[in-house]
Amino acid sequence: MSHADDSHATRRDFIYYATAGAGAVVTVAAVRPLVNQMNPTADVVAQASMRVAIDAVDPGTQIKVLWQGKPIFIRRRTEEEIEGARSVDVADLPDPFSRNENIPDGWASAPATDDNRSLDETGEWLVMTGICTHLGCVPLGKEEGNAGEFDGWFCPCHGSHYDSAGRIRKGPAPENLHIPLARFVGEAELLLGTEES
Amino acid sequence: MSGIPHDHYEPNSKTEKWLHSRLPIVGLLYDTLMIPTPKNLNWMWIWGIVLVFCLVMQIVTGIVLVMHYTPHVDMAFASVEHIMRNVNGGDIIRYLHMNGASLFFVAVYAHIFRGLYYGSYKAPREVTWIIGMLIYLLMMATAFMGYVLPWGQMSFHGTAVITGLFGTIPFIGEGIQTWLLGASSVGQPALNRFFSLHYLLPFIILGLVIVHVWAFHTTGNNNPTGVEVRRTSKAEAEKDTLPFWPYFVIKDLFALVVILAVFFALVGFHPNYLGHPDNYIEGNPLVTPAFIVPEWYFLPFYAVLRAFTADVGIVQLVNFLSGGIITADFFGVLAMFGSIAVMALAPWLDTSSVRSGRYRPMFKWWFWLLVIDFFVLMWVGSQPAEGIYGTISLIATTYWFAYFLVILPLLGVIEKPLPQPETIEDDFNAHYPNTDKSGEAAATPAE
Repeated sequence: MSHADDSHATRRDFIYYATAGAGAVVTVAAVRPLVNQMNPTADVVAQASMRVAIDAVDPGTQIKVLWQGKPIFIRRRTEEEIEGARSVDVADLPDPFSRNENIPDGWASAPATDDNRSLDETGEWLVMTGICTHLGCVPLGKEEGNAGEFDGWFCPCHGSHYDSAGRIRKGPAPENLHIPLARFVGEAELLLGTEES
Repeated sequence: MSGIPHDHYEPNSKTEKWLHSRLPIVGLLYDTLMIPTPKNLNWMWIWGIVLVFCLVMQIVTGIVLVMHYTPHVDMAFASVEHIMRNVNGGDIIRYLHMNGASLFFVAVYAHIFRGLYYGSYKAPREVTWIIGMLIYLLMMATAFMGYVLPWGQMSFHGTAVITGLFGTIPFIGEGIQTWLLGASSVGQPALNRFFSLHYLLPFIILGLVIVHVWAFHTTGNNNPTGVEVRRTSKAEAEKDTLPFWPYFVIKDLFALVVILAVFFALVGFHPNYLGHPDNYIEGNPLVTPAFIVPEWYFLPFYAVLRAFTADVGIVQLVNFLSGGIITADFFGVLAMFGSIAVMALAPWLDTSSVRSGRYRPMFKWWFWLLVIDFFVLMWVGSQPAEGIYGTISLIATTYWFAYFLVILPLLGVIEKPLPQPETIEDDFNAHYPNTDKSGEAAATPAE
C-alpha cells in the first residue's frame, strides 16, 4: 500500500498549498480595499478646478483662497517687489528650480528665475500654494505684517523666509513655494487647476 | 512558566472545582494578584499602577465624551464647546480627559527613566521593554490624534506639520501623506479617520499592557538592586519577595492617591495650564498661529526633529552621500524616530553585566545627565527655532544619541562596578535592620 500512502501525502501537500495560496490571495484581496479606502474620495478628487475673480485685487495686495483644502496666495505685486525679485542671482538660491507646474520641467531643470515663477509677462501676478515646503504651515505675508527678511513671506512655525517671488532664502524649508496650475480666463478671472471639457 | 516558585490557586468548594476544571480564570487572576514581588521595591515602582489608572480613566472619560462629540469640520469645535457648556458635568469630564493625557505621559516618562536607571531593560526583560516601547509609540499616536479632534487652530496646523513629516520621505512621501489625510491637505477625511483611530488605539494599548504584564510576570520584576530573586526553592524565594496583594497593591494605591491629589488640583484650579490658548480658536486653514508648539510631552522629540537644519555639517554630509535623497527635513524625521529607536535598542546597546545603576559609579553620572538632557530638549522644543536655541537643541540631541550609541556600550567595558548584595534579602535587611524577623541578622549587610 506504499503507493496509496504516497498518493495520500501528495493530496495533503496539495490541499496544504492550495489552502495557503488561497489564503494569501484572499488576504491581499481583503487588505487592498481596506488600504485603498483611505485614499482621496471621488468628491475630493472632483474638486479639481476653481475660478477666482481677481479684478478687485489692487497692486501691492494679496488675496487668499482655499482650493482643494489648501490656501492659494494670489498676489498682485508692486514694481519694487518685481524689481527686487528679478535682481536676485539664481545661483544664490537654496532651491534653484522654479517649482512651477505651468511650465515644463518646473521641477527639474527650469531655473527659479522670477520669469519662471510669475504668471504673466510683466511679473505682476504671482500665484502660489501658501503652504511652507518645510512642514506645511501657512506662511505669513505683508497682510499679516511679517514679510520676513526678504520682502516676501515668513513661516512662523520654523522660521523659513521667502522672497517676493516666493523663493526660499533662509530657514529650514527645502523648496520654493509651489506654483499650482493656473491661467487667466479673460481679464477678470483666474482658473486654478485644469477645467475638464 | 519558569517563574518564581510560589503557591498556586487551589479550588476548594465544589463550585470552584466545577469552574476551575472548565475555565481556570479564578486561578489566573489569583496567580496574577499574588505574584511574588521583590520586597525591596522603592517608590519608583508605583508608576505602573498610575499608568493603568490613566489608561482606564482615559477610556472611560473618552467613551463618555464621544456621546456628545461630532467628528465634522463644521461641528467638531462647536461640539467641544457644547460639551464644555451644556453637557451636565461635561467640562470636568473633558478637563479630566485633557489633563489625563498629561498625567499619562508624566507617569510613562518616570516609568521609562526608572527602567533606564535600574537596568530593567536588560536580559531577561528585553521583551517587556520592547512591548513597553510599542505602547509608548501608540500612546503618542493616540495623544496626537486626540489633540486633533477639538479642531482648534493648534489641532489643525499641528496636524499639517505632523503629517508633513511623512511627506518628507523620499519618492513615496507625498503619496503616503495624501493616503493618510485622504486628501492633499488636512480636512474632513483626516478628522474622521483620526477620530476612528483615537477610539481604537487605546484598546490595542490595553491588549499590549496585558502582554507587558505577562512578560514581566514570567521573568519576575526587576528591583532596585538588580539582583534576581532566588528561585531554587519556595522558601528562599519567600525571603526575597512578598505577594503583590496586599503589600504592593496598598502601597501603589497610596501613591496613586497622593498623585491624584495633585492631579485633581490641576484639573480643578488650572485645567488649561498645560494647553495652548490658540486651540480655543476654531481651526482655520488660511491662518497659521504665530507660534506652533506641540503639547509638552512631545517637546523633547520635537526639539530633535528641528535640531537638524540644512546648515548642520552631518546633514550636509548625509545629503551629499545619499545623492540629495536625504534632505534636511527627512534627516530631522529620521533623527526623531531614531531617538526613540535607540532607546528601544538599549537592551542590546548596554554591555554592562551589572543591572542596577546603584552599583555603577560612572553610569550614574551619565544617566542623570541624560535626565537633564531630556528636560533641556523639552525646554528648547518650546522655544522659537532660531539663534542660540538651534545650537542648544543640536548639542542636547547629540548627547541623547551619544548616551545610547556610545556611552552605554563603552561603560560596560571601562567601568568598575561596586559590589552588589548577594540577595535581595541582604539588601533589605541592610536597609531595615529592625524589621528582620528571620533571625538571620548576622548575614553580611550589603556594602
